Amino acid sequence: MKILTGNDLKTGAVVWWDGSNWSLYVDRAADVGDQGEEIMAREEALRRVNVPYIVEAESSEDGVRPAHIKDRIRALGPTVRQDLTLKPQDPEAIDWVI
Amino acid sequence: MANTDLGTSPDDVQFRFREDEMADHGAVTVDAVLEQSNASAVRIEPGDDARLLLPFLDRLALVEVNFPSFADGRGYSVARILREAGYEGELRAVGDVLIDQLSHMRRCGFDSFAPDKRLDEEDAKRAFATWDDVYQRSVDGRTTIPELRHE
Amino acid sequence: MYQYDQYDQQMVDARVAEFRDQARRRLEGKLTEDQFKPLRLMNGLYLQLHAYMLRVAIPYGTLNSRQMIALGDIADKYDRGYGHFTTRQNLQYNWIKLEDAADILADLSKVEMHAIQTSGNCIRNISSDHFAGAAADELVDPRPYAELLRQWSSFHPEFTYLPRKFKICVIAAEKDRAAMRLHDIGIQIVEQDGEIGARFFVGGGMGRTPMIAPMVRDFVPLDQLITYAEACLRVYNRYGRRDNKYKARIKILVHELGAEEYTRQVEEEFAHLLDQGVEPPRAELERIKTYFADPAFEDGPKNVDRSDPDFAVWVDRNTHRHKHDSYVSAVISLKPVGGIPGDATGEQMRLMAKLAKQYSFDEIRIMHTQNVVLPHVKIADLHALWSELHAAGLGAPNMDTIEDMIACPGLDYCSLANARSIPLAQRISERFDASGKTAELGELKLKISGCINACGHHHAGHIGILGVDRKGVENYQLSLGGSEAEDVSLAKITGPGFTEDGVIEAVDTVTDVYLAQREGEERFLDTYRRIGMEPFKEALYG
Repeated sequence: MKILTGNDLKTGAVVWWDGSNWSLYVDRAADVGDQGEEIMAREEALRRVNVPYIVEAESSEDGVRPAHIKDRIRALGPTVRQDLTLKPQDPEAIDWVI
Repeated sequence: MANTDLGTSPDDVQFRFREDEMADHGAVTVDAVLEQSNASAVRIEPGDDARLLLPFLDRLALVEVNFPSFADGRGYSVARILREAGYEGELRAVGDVLIDQLSHMRRCGFDSFAPDKRLDEEDAKRAFATWDDVYQRSVDGRTTIPELRHE
Repeated sequence: MYQYDQYDQQMVDARVAEFRDQARRRLEGKLTEDQFKPLRLMNGLYLQLHAYMLRVAIPYGTLNSRQMIALGDIADKYDRGYGHFTTRQNLQYNWIKLEDAADILADLSKVEMHAIQTSGNCIRNISSDHFAGAAADELVDPRPYAELLRQWSSFHPEFTYLPRKFKICVIAAEKDRAAMRLHDIGIQIVEQDGEIGARFFVGGGMGRTPMIAPMVRDFVPLDQLITYAEACLRVYNRYGRRDNKYKARIKILVHELGAEEYTRQVEEEFAHLLDQGVEPPRAELERIKTYFADPAFEDGPKNVDRSDPDFAVWVDRNTHRHKHDSYVSAVISLKPVGGIPGDATGEQMRLMAKLAKQYSFDEIRIMHTQNVVLPHVKIADLHALWSELHAAGLGAPNMDTIEDMIACPGLDYCSLANARSIPLAQRISERFDASGKTAELGELKLKISGCINACGHHHAGHIGILGVDRKGVENYQLSLGGSEAEDVSLAKITGPGFTEDGVIEAVDTVTDVYLAQREGEERFLDTYRRIGMEPFKEALYG
């Protein structure tokens, strides 16, 4: 699947397009098919997102997993500071990245 | 290419810090100035060597310096080099000229501005007035902070 | 140390106001991201992997306790409780909001700090010797010259849209502790016939095309220093390549023209600029120098009580000879075993500030190796200082050992990175600490970069590691034989890359080769230079 990510313009937080809004959680990312460019142009013009781009990802019952390690680190947080990630209590979260 | 339709027209000039009459001659390329003797307005592109113009400064009334992209800073050196050589005619920044570059351009000797897109007047006014004092000596004749400290 | 007068304060305040206005225009949609990006970068604000990152300038690595406290407070108030000291003696916050950025800059300005030109294609923060003003071996304190250059380069009207970033370093000792010749301009303050002047090296750098700066002028008189720098920059601004970002640094220009031709052009421009009055009045340099006068050193004991072995090890490793024989410079390691190189919490920053006030005439330095220095510590106070550091987990006795590695933030934080650097640093320090090999290896500079941009200085490592992306998987290249010091050299790649586990093994392997081959007092680097790459290759790939 193809998903959209970017950073929130004001806060800089990593966000993912869930079909109608920008979410902090990659698992909520929607498959944008061939609509990516159009959604990005619109959302960037509305200043709801900054520097968006399209990411290849896989969807399974475990959730959405971006194809590239860089986007998995963006989705979770720094692997060397689990306390600062979105899953501070989940010891397996770092394995998901790598 | 015709030599007379390269430059901006006086209507494109949004800010001008000169009292004299605006030149209405079309600007020609640097090469054209070197080849023919009567042009009084020239347009400098980023790759041009401004020093080639030094022998002709006396007869130039308008020098346009083109900024195809605001991020290409060669035009700042062009401006200072011309002013350092004593050029007193109009020095016009044209092209991708934006609010946040105005104060530095002014310091490098530009005294007229013809941005591709008209700039917000209030924002521009604030930008021109960004620095009450300055650290470096440039061609704008401002007394520098180091000089003020030891007056 | 230097203190702002009304003018310096006014310049920084004007910049805060300007940035506040720029951020407002960005949020209102009057500036596109393409237009805003260079403006925010010139105020140290990046958009990084997880959030905005703010890089705060620490001019020539010097700060006082009030400033260090402010840095710690900002970490707690606007960030997530910590900051990262960088290889250019700056501090980075990783979790900044655009809407807070102007407020942070305003907080910084209250303690005479800023983030001006810590990024962007302009003249960056001037770096210097972290032992400046304290080292026994320096000719003079290089910082007044660095401050003169700081003011000249701040908001320079002509050099704000250079082809690429521009880094200047100033030192004043034969020993190079600041990687001077790996800068765009490296300046060494020297003495010639009883006169002090500046030796200029131009066109060094790391990145994807590492180069050692050639000397372009062996002596520039002090009353022409700024004019000469201006000439170097003008030639670069006019002729540096702008067609290819990767060939835009001045090192490429100097390389393509040849040092001789570049020098000729600079000299021509210099001769012209001498008539333009760009040099600040000489009295300005003298005014700045008064701020760097020695503190009131007192005579005291010249030897330490070595009865505590842990303390003795720390003294041997982490202190540096001072120009006054009752003092030393003490290095606070930010490389605890298994820690993140260069990171410090807000609390640790405030502690280091307190200790600086108590023991070091209120002065602190940041090293390019991502550690902190208290430059003027009385030998009589060393044990008390060490006890407090030790208790706070800041007493690692590992300066210049393999555990004192430089590591860039890598893929854990950086959007340019191809691989993670920090986990390697953590695992290597844990491994060498556990095996006890660290002390046996002595001085061994390990430098790790997570991508080709070389923020982790891998080209200059006795052992360098470069993280690359191999089909979406992290892979690491090993290189040997680099040095950023006065014996500057560029490291050479050993051969095919390694996995994360593999490169850690490989580091262990090359250190074994060294231990087996070394003669006398040789450091790793000396042995490598004597025996060459082959024995190491044989052990790695044989």
